[in-house]
Amino acid sequence: MSYAKLTREEIAKRIALDIPEGAYVNLGIGMPTLVGNHLPKEREVFLHSENGILGMGPAPAKGEEDADLINAGKEPVTLLTGGAFFHHTDSFAMMRGGHLDIAVLGAFQVSVSGDLANWHSGGDAIPAVGGAMDLAVGAKSVWVMMEHLTKEGRSKIVERCTYPLTGIGVVKRIYTDLAVVDVTPRGLVADRLVQGLSFDELQRVTGIPLVQSGNRAAA
Amino acid sequence: MVNKIADGPEAALADVRDGATVLVSGFGGAGVPEELIDALIAQGARDLTIVNNNAGNGEAGIAALFKARRIRKLICSYPRQVDSHHFQEAYRSGKVELEIVPQGTLSERLRAAGAGIGAFYTPTGFGTNLANGKETRIIGGKGHVLEYPLHGDFALVKAERGDRWGNLVYRKSARNYGPTMASAAKVTVAQVYETVELGKLDPECIVTPGIFVTRVVKVPRKARKIPAGGVTQGISGRAAA
Repeated sequence: MSYAKLTREEIAKRIALDIPEGAYVNLGIGMPTLVGNHLPKEREVFLHSENGILGMGPAPAKGEEDADLINAGKEPVTLLTGGAFFHHTDSFAMMRGGHLDIAVLGAFQVSVSGDLANWHSGGDAIPAVGGAMDLAVGAKSVWVMMEHLTKEGRSKIVERCTYPLTGIGVVKRIYTDLAVVDVTPRGLVADRLVQGLSFDELQRVTGIPLVQSGNRAAA
Repeated sequence: MVNKIADGPEAALADVRDGATVLVSGFGGAGVPEELIDALIAQGARDLTIVNNNAGNGEAGIAALFKARRIRKLICSYPRQVDSHHFQEAYRSGKVELEIVPQGTLSERLRAAGAGIGAFYTPTGFGTNLANGKETRIIGGKGHVLEYPLHGDFALVKAERGDRWGNLVYRKSARNYGPTMASAAKVTVAQVYETVELGKLDPECIVTPGIFVTRVVKVPRKARKIPAGGVTQGISGRAAA
C-alpha cells in the first residue's frame, strides 16, 4: 500500500495542535518556527524567544518591521498584547531553569535513548551552538521536528548519534513526516503513522526496534 | 557634580589598550553599539578579545573590526551566519582564535563576573564536545560542567536612553546582553540615542542602574537596515500589540 509523507507544514500543524493552552514554548530556528503558523487562534500559548521576548507575535506587515524587534532567527517579529521584554540572563534562566514547558527543535539525529544531535554537522563547518544546548537540558519537554530519513534514505532515528551531541537523553518525542515517536523507558513507541504506512514498513525504514503504540488512528 | 556623559565615542574609548577583552552587546543586528565599535576601530587598539553572541554581519560593527584585523580571539555562541564573511575569512586563514560557548553559559559566565561568583556548575553542554577538558560533577543525579566567569576590561553596550548618573533603559529586543555585560566589565561605555535629565527615567523601570555604567555617549539616530523575513509567516494568529 502506498503512503504520502507529511509536508513540513503538516508536521508543524500536528505539533501546534498538541501544544496545550497556557504552555510556555520555544520554537527553535528553522523548521520548528513553522509551528507558530498553526497555533489555533483561540488558544493562548506563550512563545519565548531566547533574545528576550515572551509573548512573541506574528511577523509584521510589510513596512511595519522594527530592527529592534527580531526573533532568534534574526527575522522581524511582533509582540502580543501582554508580552514582555527582558535581558539575556533572564531569558536563559527561563530556558535553563526548567520554566519552559516545551522546546521544539530541529535535529540531524536522535538516538534510542533520546540523545540529540542538532548543532554541528561535523567536518570543517564552523561550529555554532547558539541556545541549542540550553534548551536541550532546560525545557521540561524537548520535542524534535524532523524528516524521518536523510536525503540518502537513512533513518535519522539511530542507535547512537554519529554527529556531535547537543544533549544526552533529553528528547521526549519526535515528530517526523512518517509518524510520532515517543522516547520511553520501554523503547521508541511509534504512533500516528501516516495514512497507508504500515508499522512493518516504518520499522523497516527506521532500522532500529520500534514499539507499536496501541493507538494508530491518524491525526 | 557627577557627569558620566562623555564628549563622544572617541573620548569614551581613549583608554582601551592592546590585548584588552571587550564585551560587545547585540544579538544579530539588534542592540549592537555600532558607533562605539567604529570609534574602537579609529582608536587603533589591536589583539583584542571580543565577546559577542555572533561574529558580525555584513560590513559594519564587529564585521568591520574583523576587516581591520583588530581581533585576536572571539568568544561567542553563534558565529555561523550567511553574511559573517569577514569573520569566516579570518577564521579560515587561522588569524583568529574561536571559543564557542553555549549561549546561556556565555550569558551566565558574564553574570557570574558581574556578581562576583567564582565559578558555577551547569548541566548545559554535559557530555558534548563543548565540555571537553572541563571539570564535571554529578549533582542530583545529573551531569554538570564547571564554568568560570567571563570578565571584560571594557563593555560596549547599546541602550536607548541614559542620564548623567549612567542609568539606562533599552528598547525591545535590543536589550539582550546589555544589562549583563554592563555589570561584567571594569569600564562600561553605553551609547544612547537620548540623554535625559535626572529623574526623567522612571526609577521603577530603570533596567541598568548607573553603578554598572562608567560613561554614556549620545549618538545620532540613523536609518537601520531591516533584516529580511524568513520562514515565519505568522507566529500565532492573534493580533499584535
